[in-house]
Amino acid sequence: MPDGMLLFALVGMPFLGSLLASLLPRAARESAVLIAAAVTVVGIGITILFYPQVQEGASVAAKLPWIPEFGLEFGFRIDGLAWLFAILVYGIGGLVVLYARYYIAAEDPAPRFISFLLAFMGAMLGVVLAGNLILLVFFWELTSLFSFLLIGYWHHNAGARDGARMALTVTAAGGICLFVGAILLGRIVGSYDLDVVLASGEAIRSSPLFLPVLVLILLGALTKSAQFPFHFWLPNAMSAPTPVSAYLHSATMVKAGVFLLARLWPVMAGTDAWFYLVVPAGLATLVIGAYFAIFQQDLKGLLAYSTISHLGLITLLLGLGSPLAAVAAVFHILNHAIFKASLFMAAGIIDHETGTRDLRRLSGLWRYMPFTASLAMVAAAAMAGVPLLNGFLSKEMFFAEAVADHTGSLLDDSLPYFATLAGMFSVAYSLRFILGTFFGPPPTDLPRMPHEPPRWMRFPIELLVVICLVIGIIPGRAVGWLLASAAQAVVGTDLPYYSLAVWHGFNLPLLMSVIAMAGGIVLYLALRGYLASGSEGPPLLQDLNAQRIFENVMVTLSWKWARTLEQIFGTRRLQPQLRLLVMVAILAASVPVLVHGAASVGTRALTPATPAFILVWAIGIACALGAAHQAKFHRLAALALTGGAGLVTCLTFLWLSAPDLALTQLLVEIVTTVLILLGLRWLPKRIITQEDMRPSGAVIARRFRDLALALAVGLGLSMLSYAVMTRPLPDTVSRFFVERAYTEGGGTNIVNVILVDFRGFDTLGEITVLCVVALTVFAMLRRFRPAPDSVERPEQQRIQNAYDAARPDREVGDTVADYLLIPRFIMQWLFPPIAVLAVYLFMRGHDLPGGGFAAGIVLSIAFVLQYMAAGVRGAEAVLRVLPLRWMGLGLLTASLTGLASLLLGYPFLTSYARYVHLPVVGEVPMASALMFDLGVFALVVGATVLMLIALAHQSLRGPRETRSLGEP
Amino acid sequence: METILAIGIGVLGGAGTWLLLRPRTYQVIIGLSLLSYAVNLFIFSMGRLRPGAPPILEKGVAGDPAAFADPLPQGLVLTAIVIGFAMTALFLVVLLTARGRTGSDHVDGLGD
Repeated sequence: MPDGMLLFALVGMPFLGSLLASLLPRAARESAVLIAAAVTVVGIGITILFYPQVQEGASVAAKLPWIPEFGLEFGFRIDGLAWLFAILVYGIGGLVVLYARYYIAAEDPAPRFISFLLAFMGAMLGVVLAGNLILLVFFWELTSLFSFLLIGYWHHNAGARDGARMALTVTAAGGICLFVGAILLGRIVGSYDLDVVLASGEAIRSSPLFLPVLVLILLGALTKSAQFPFHFWLPNAMSAPTPVSAYLHSATMVKAGVFLLARLWPVMAGTDAWFYLVVPAGLATLVIGAYFAIFQQDLKGLLAYSTISHLGLITLLLGLGSPLAAVAAVFHILNHAIFKASLFMAAGIIDHETGTRDLRRLSGLWRYMPFTASLAMVAAAAMAGVPLLNGFLSKEMFFAEAVADHTGSLLDDSLPYFATLAGMFSVAYSLRFILGTFFGPPPTDLPRMPHEPPRWMRFPIELLVVICLVIGIIPGRAVGWLLASAAQAVVGTDLPYYSLAVWHGFNLPLLMSVIAMAGGIVLYLALRGYLASGSEGPPLLQDLNAQRIFENVMVTLSWKWARTLEQIFGTRRLQPQLRLLVMVAILAASVPVLVHGAASVGTRALTPATPAFILVWAIGIACALGAAHQAKFHRLAALALTGGAGLVTCLTFLWLSAPDLALTQLLVEIVTTVLILLGLRWLPKRIITQEDMRPSGAVIARRFRDLALALAVGLGLSMLSYAVMTRPLPDTVSRFFVERAYTEGGGTNIVNVILVDFRGFDTLGEITVLCVVALTVFAMLRRFRPAPDSVERPEQQRIQNAYDAARPDREVGDTVADYLLIPRFIMQWLFPPIAVLAVYLFMRGHDLPGGGFAAGIVLSIAFVLQYMAAGVRGAEAVLRVLPLRWMGLGLLTASLTGLASLLLGYPFLTSYARYVHLPVVGEVPMASALMFDLGVFALVVGATVLMLIALAHQSLRGPRETRSLGEP
Repeated sequence: METILAIGIGVLGGAGTWLLLRPRTYQVIIGLSLLSYAVNLFIFSMGRLRPGAPPILEKGVAGDPAAFADPLPQGLVLTAIVIGFAMTALFLVVLLTARGRTGSDHVDGLGD
């Protein structure tokens, strides 16, 4: 199905281009532009190929299944309307790329810009070509997202960030409404397929859900098209680079809203609800937008409000519900895109060449850039609706529709007056744009000396202006075919009669045009004094500031309410938080106990306790209580006692048939102890004070409360574990593991097989966590600043160094070096045996207790011993461990092992096992899980060593800090 | 044995919780260690106590679940030990950094 392939390519190409551009280096502007140019040229070519198939209301569709159970599919569909939009998106996109090539400064990262722009282009094409409602919404949200990135392209600029955030908030909120509306619409129709939806107009209009669906979809469309009262985001989005405004805020993004209205016009228009919701919104936007545009001092602000107003015009036309009005709407979509894109580009050139967009400072530029000025004048005349230009034609059609009778209501009858008023406003602001910028006295305080832009920067405007003229002079020949095919997709093959002629004789619309022209000129002349006074904003309606309302809502939601909630429920102090956590845990555990009485003793026969076990636990309990008692004043003792409790835990594992746990616990115990020992050095000295001897009442009360909590936790844990242990073991998933560990996992050590095979994905996550933690530890310690009273060398080292310094035959540091001479010697020579032990533990892991994790810790202990023996400098003189490499390789090995099974067509991390006979060594289990375990091993070595070394290095940092402070 | 282990778990958990609620960072880190022991043993005890039956299979035969200690809690605890280690390391460094920044070893950085 080559058509289908082409259709997918049409949407997919920009995304592919975006990906390619994003991979380019920062300065590769030409390559990025070339990629974008290639995408647009091919895109235009493909779009043109489709033209013969979209005439007379016909369409081409292509589908790929996505989630068929929910009726979701990657379905694309092109008809006349989609074709018009596709050619606009690609065509104007290509011109914008050419323009941006000159606009984006050399110091800005052009590939990023092009990448975002292409991604946006793809998203926009997805919206117009989607053949499935959900897919349409998906691309719709993508356009919001990429417009956010594009508006915020100069993210160092606060205005750009705010504008981007506001645009995203408003359009994405509308997008959510649209999503709900689309789902409801799909429910009414019974399918999300656009062809089916478009064929079920009767069912949709008669559904009881029609009104909610309509309101939700309109919320999506009106926010996107910046319709009153959601228009305020568009002027704020003007902080985007001008190519973005020319593309998004004239031809594409904001047109998505009116596209959606046109798309659903066949099934939703013509109802009273549609008329009374859409027409007032469009009318208000048309008039208010045009009125505000007159009073803007920013060139782009003027164009933004003008865009709002023109979108209001299109919305109004679509709202009227008559086929002729819909044709006019489609025509105006095309015309507005063409003249507004060229005007934005002209404004960008003015900004680029003079350094300002402020109408109060700009003046008389005609002298410096006559060519650009002529082009802008023609485009502005098209915007004002001057005859022989494209804007005139669609405006006349609009005036004719405004005069025509639709519902006979007051609203309908008032339309001609409002339309003429808006026409006057548009003439006034177009005049202001031209006269204020290009005429008048020479400019005085411009940041830069203006001149004509580069040849090819002007080319897009030239082309667009020529199109304006061609459409304006020979409309029927130029776009009659295009308008017909696009309009047929909206109103059906049975097109109403309309005439694309420049001259229709003397009639009412022409009279309205004349009144608008004359009135606009008079209005501009009358307002000149006020405008020159320099005040920002219109004289009336000053308080009608939707932006301020929006900001107030945002502040209330995200700041005031959030703060209030935080004050009620939050605390910045750890102790109350932990206390709350413990209390919640106690409550959560006691509820089922109270409800089901689970604390009773079960019937399982007890395992007889041996005296040795009792003795071991007597020691363990003593250690735990001792550690709790000593942790405040005797840290080393507490650490030793904790280690004791750890060893008892370890022995218990061993006793109760968990050799893997015992081994791991023992090794982790060693590393943890070393880690904490290294940290002890940086903690403050704590001496028992008078206050400690006689604690205050509040402290005693707090201790009693904590004691009660601790007792509750302890008792609860005891009772729960006893209750479980005295009940028989039910049949659990363990059966699966035991039965298949050897036959399918290829290993006899069930625990290891569970870790590296059955639950390999968990382990992958776990080692990733370890990796992240190690990097965090490393990063935090790089910025570590010890407290001033911990900076000094420890007392013992000071005494030893003083002893060395006092004797001429000794170097400072000799005593420290001699101090552990024999243990040091032994430690250094322990490296090879420990490394061998690590390999041994690793190799046997699949069959016997051991495995990658234990082996990794063992090897890291071997490294750490070297550091302990020779000191940081001594160890690093002979040994270079590159922990980051170990970690990276480990994570890579583990992930690639998992991915390898994907290549062979199995799910991620599927393992393969067999035994291999190696000479001398004998039978060795060679499961692919072994490779995975190797990754675990390398990562654990890297992570553990990284943390320990980072901490150990702090002992080098301390004294150096002191010296840098300038002490003797 | 069940009774002894249950008491042991309770004492470790209680001592850990007590330290967890103390104001000094070092007490909290020791408390976390003790609490980890308690919780690991607790999870482990969910597989019931079985001395002398480590879950190591004979080669060449499918395993019989009745003949071995439950491997599932062991697998879970093994993961928990590793994560506990990572947590201790991270907390230790947070503790040291906080001490360097605030000059105090109080959990909330309050002065003495």
